Amino acid sequence: MKKIMVMLMFVLIAGLVFAGGEQEQGSSDVIKIGVFEPMTGANAAGGAMEVEGIKLANKLYPEVLGKKVEVVIVDNKSDKVEAANAAARLVDKEKVTAIIGSWGSSFSMAAGSIVKEAQIPTVGASCTNPLVTMGNDYYFRVCFIDTFQGAVMANYAYKEVGARKVAIVQEISNDYSVGLAKFFTDEFKRLTGDENAIVAVSNYNTGDMDFTAQVTNLKSLNPDAVFAPGNYTESALLIKQARELGMDVPFLGGDTWEAPEFLDVGKKNVEGAYFSTFFTTEIPITETSEIFIDEYRKEYNKEPAAVTALGFDAYMVILDAIERAGSDDPVAVRDAIATTKGYPGAAGIITLDATGDAVKNAVIKTVKDGNFAFVTTIVPE
Amino acid sequence: MKKKYILLTIIALLLGIGLLAVLDASLGAYPKRIFILAGIYVTLALSLNLINGFTGLFTLGHAGFMAVGAYTCALLTMPPELKEMNFFLKPIVPWLANVQWPFLPALLLGGVLAGVIGFLIAAPVLRLRDDYLAIATLGFGEIIRIIFTNTQTLTNGALGLKALPRFTTVWWSWGVAAVTVFFMVNLINSSYGKAFKAIREDEVAAEAMGISLFKHKVISFTIGSVIAGIGGALMGHLLGAIDPLMFRFLMTFNILLIVVLGGIGSITGSVIGAIVVTIVMEVLRVLDGVINLGFMTIQGKPGMRMVIFSALLMAVVILYQKGLMGRNEFTWDGFFRGVNKLTGRKKG
Amino acid sequence: MSVQLFFQHLANGLSLGSLYALIAIGYTMVYGILRLINFAHGEIFMIGAYTAFYLVTLTFLPWFAAFVVALGITCILGMGVERIAYRPLRDHPRISVMISAIGASFFIQNLAIVIFGGRPKTFPVPPMFGTIITIGGVNIVSITFIIPIITLIALFVLLFIVNKTKTGMAMRAVSTDHETARLMAINVDNIISITFAIGSTLAAIGGIMWGLKYPQLLPIMGLIPGLKCFIAAVVGGIGNIKGAVLGGFLLGLMEIMIIAFLPALSGYRDAFAFVLLIVILLVRPSGILGSVQGEKV
Repeated sequence: MKKIMVMLMFVLIAGLVFAGGEQEQGSSDVIKIGVFEPMTGANAAGGAMEVEGIKLANKLYPEVLGKKVEVVIVDNKSDKVEAANAAARLVDKEKVTAIIGSWGSSFSMAAGSIVKEAQIPTVGASCTNPLVTMGNDYYFRVCFIDTFQGAVMANYAYKEVGARKVAIVQEISNDYSVGLAKFFTDEFKRLTGDENAIVAVSNYNTGDMDFTAQVTNLKSLNPDAVFAPGNYTESALLIKQARELGMDVPFLGGDTWEAPEFLDVGKKNVEGAYFSTFFTTEIPITETSEIFIDEYRKEYNKEPAAVTALGFDAYMVILDAIERAGSDDPVAVRDAIATTKGYPGAAGIITLDATGDAVKNAVIKTVKDGNFAFVTTIVPE
Repeated sequence: MKKKYILLTIIALLLGIGLLAVLDASLGAYPKRIFILAGIYVTLALSLNLINGFTGLFTLGHAGFMAVGAYTCALLTMPPELKEMNFFLKPIVPWLANVQWPFLPALLLGGVLAGVIGFLIAAPVLRLRDDYLAIATLGFGEIIRIIFTNTQTLTNGALGLKALPRFTTVWWSWGVAAVTVFFMVNLINSSYGKAFKAIREDEVAAEAMGISLFKHKVISFTIGSVIAGIGGALMGHLLGAIDPLMFRFLMTFNILLIVVLGGIGSITGSVIGAIVVTIVMEVLRVLDGVINLGFMTIQGKPGMRMVIFSALLMAVVILYQKGLMGRNEFTWDGFFRGVNKLTGRKKG
Repeated sequence: MSVQLFFQHLANGLSLGSLYALIAIGYTMVYGILRLINFAHGEIFMIGAYTAFYLVTLTFLPWFAAFVVALGITCILGMGVERIAYRPLRDHPRISVMISAIGASFFIQNLAIVIFGGRPKTFPVPPMFGTIITIGGVNIVSITFIIPIITLIALFVLLFIVNKTKTGMAMRAVSTDHETARLMAINVDNIISITFAIGSTLAAIGGIMWGLKYPQLLPIMGLIPGLKCFIAAVVGGIGNIKGAVLGGFLLGLMEIMIIAFLPALSGYRDAFAFVLLIVILLVRPSGILGSVQGEKV
């Protein structure tokens, strides 16, 4: 009880600091769009790529409704507690009209209830876990969800690769990986009609570098293909070790493989790996795609990643919604976003369904001659 | 406590409650969140301080107990439909599917279960020496986390639990903090507390004086884990989402930071430390972005925050070993002496 | 399980184990002398790998020269850590030193994130380390042979230093009792610095080997291996160099073999090390090769 006095003192000071801080309002000539992404921590690469897209979009289209659009970027440090704090800061302190974020479904989910309560519409660029938008009217995304992506890869494995028995290697501590593995499994079992079509499920943890034991086990089971929907960091090493051990069956993965480091680390071992993703520069889907690809090449002097295109699209969708709503009132913007139909984004035509997910084509890519190469497009049924 | 101070303390308590009410009503969502978080960290810091600071046992497994408390409370308070939505990959174990408890009993059970785990771990581990104890408890913390990651049907594994009912309000967080403080003060001043401190100072001497080392260490460790479990549950229901990756060693490190900065072995220190560190962590966020000093802008780099905090931890430990409060506590006597010094002699 | 499969697993286990052994030696040496768990050792290992990476990619040095220079730089860094984080706390309670160690570890890690960036870097692997050799149906990358050889060489060199040189004798004296060693005109501070220098160099070698085997560098790459290698040192008998090597091999083999025989447990891999630690601490706290030390009252 004696401590309460000291507590009071500090609480008072803190309270004043924050109460005072609350006075700052954005000037009414500026529309603020908040961005919370992992800029540091384990997922810094993904966040950085998305932010590139957002910044590019902001550079090309800096105004809407006659007002300047300011992008406020907050780092969620690849950490859930921080993600929630970041979202709270954007909503409360920065008073943004809309939010873009985050790479990594678990961070998006951490912020979900905050944006819902504050009624600020949030658009995810590449987070594919279904739970992000489920039950949340204020969360949308411009990409497809994992139920679709898993099925796409299962179909590809079955029809194009001709696999009947597949082994799965999943990153057990990553919800994306676990989810995608499950959806793949369900669809693949349905296609083959064989309950034992998945010969083995092997696990690894984030940050693991040695997969020799798991791979050796898998090799002895002789699968026709291996589905390894983990991050590029571990996947490249995994495939390398598999090849070194003499395993040469095709490896299949998801959109997280599309990063330059995958090619760097994997080198020739990842030749012939297949994965699903959102976008390819070889077939610009819309006019926006062409503009985006051109401007990106000019600005950064390299090829854009899929999540960069998605970040770009998230920004564009919000801008489009603000225009259609004719105001920057978050609730009105939210309603406008929800009715987005046939919007030509850089990564494809965006139509949002009732849950807030985008119904889009998937693109299958492979690695050929040390580069990512387009294979085919899969249209949702 | 002297008679004349009891009145003072009651007044301070009432003022405190009043202040909480004012802040609850007036703070915006973002500062309020930070404020609630500070209260939770007070509880967590105290739980770690009990074991490390007062009993001298260097443990690093706190995040594990937080996880146990958080998951228990979450699984018990989630309505069945929410559970179904969360466990879409693999359904939850049947005996948990339809359970739904109110917050307080779930919170307490979370703490109790954490305490049980703490007790089970304590028995084998507490006879180890400092450094080994540290690594062993770190190991247990990690084992708990890894288990939670792999038991899909119980904890939803890596997917974690989301959309948890947001029970933690200013009242809950600071209420629990206040109760913890009260409890700690009484514990430390009791014979148990004196035994803990004796063990901290010199184990061999304490044992020679007839203090059962093992029994007291286990008690301290278990109580610490119970409180940590409660703190973890509060945090889970503040964030609204938990997953195993939250409860890595980094979480324990953050609490350790607070305890060291505030003063190992000081209750007041932990309270002040928790508030200061939580606020400063947010304020220093500016270092991650562009720093606008008015006349010039400095491009901060992401990650600078943690660099500074780690450096701060080292600086405190090396240079100002005692931390903010050392082993001192707040007393009314000390308070008035301080006031007297500032205002010149008033009362003799 | 076929014989071939078993040998493949064995080869993998020995390879991993020798990496752990290399790093564990550093831990055990420092602990022997200072009774301190150098939490920052894992970070020294990481810095060793990164330094080699930057030297190879940014300078025109041929790779073997770059590696040697990297060893030197890391060695100095290790001594620096001792000077800044541990020496001022020489007479303070052990808890303070441990906290300082943890602080140093996080500091270096986060500094690495700021300076190197969070994205992984690809370690350049000279061809001689990457060739695949096939023996009786078992595929082994050449680096897999090289690492145990280097580990054993390091072990013998170290044992020679410790047992047959004056410096080594001084190290053994200091690890027994600081005060008495000082009375014998041994410069304790210098000996400690030398110990850190050797330990850090070994960690750097370990880092470079790691980079050659798993060519992907991340600032956090030192954390888990660091912990596991400390556990290996404890299992083998902390303070005992041969024990560290033994513990390293044991841990590496155990990790691989458990997954080999019980694939369903692959997600619990990191937990094995911790479980092993706890079992050893309960059953034989001084480790396999360690000597039981009574507590002086």
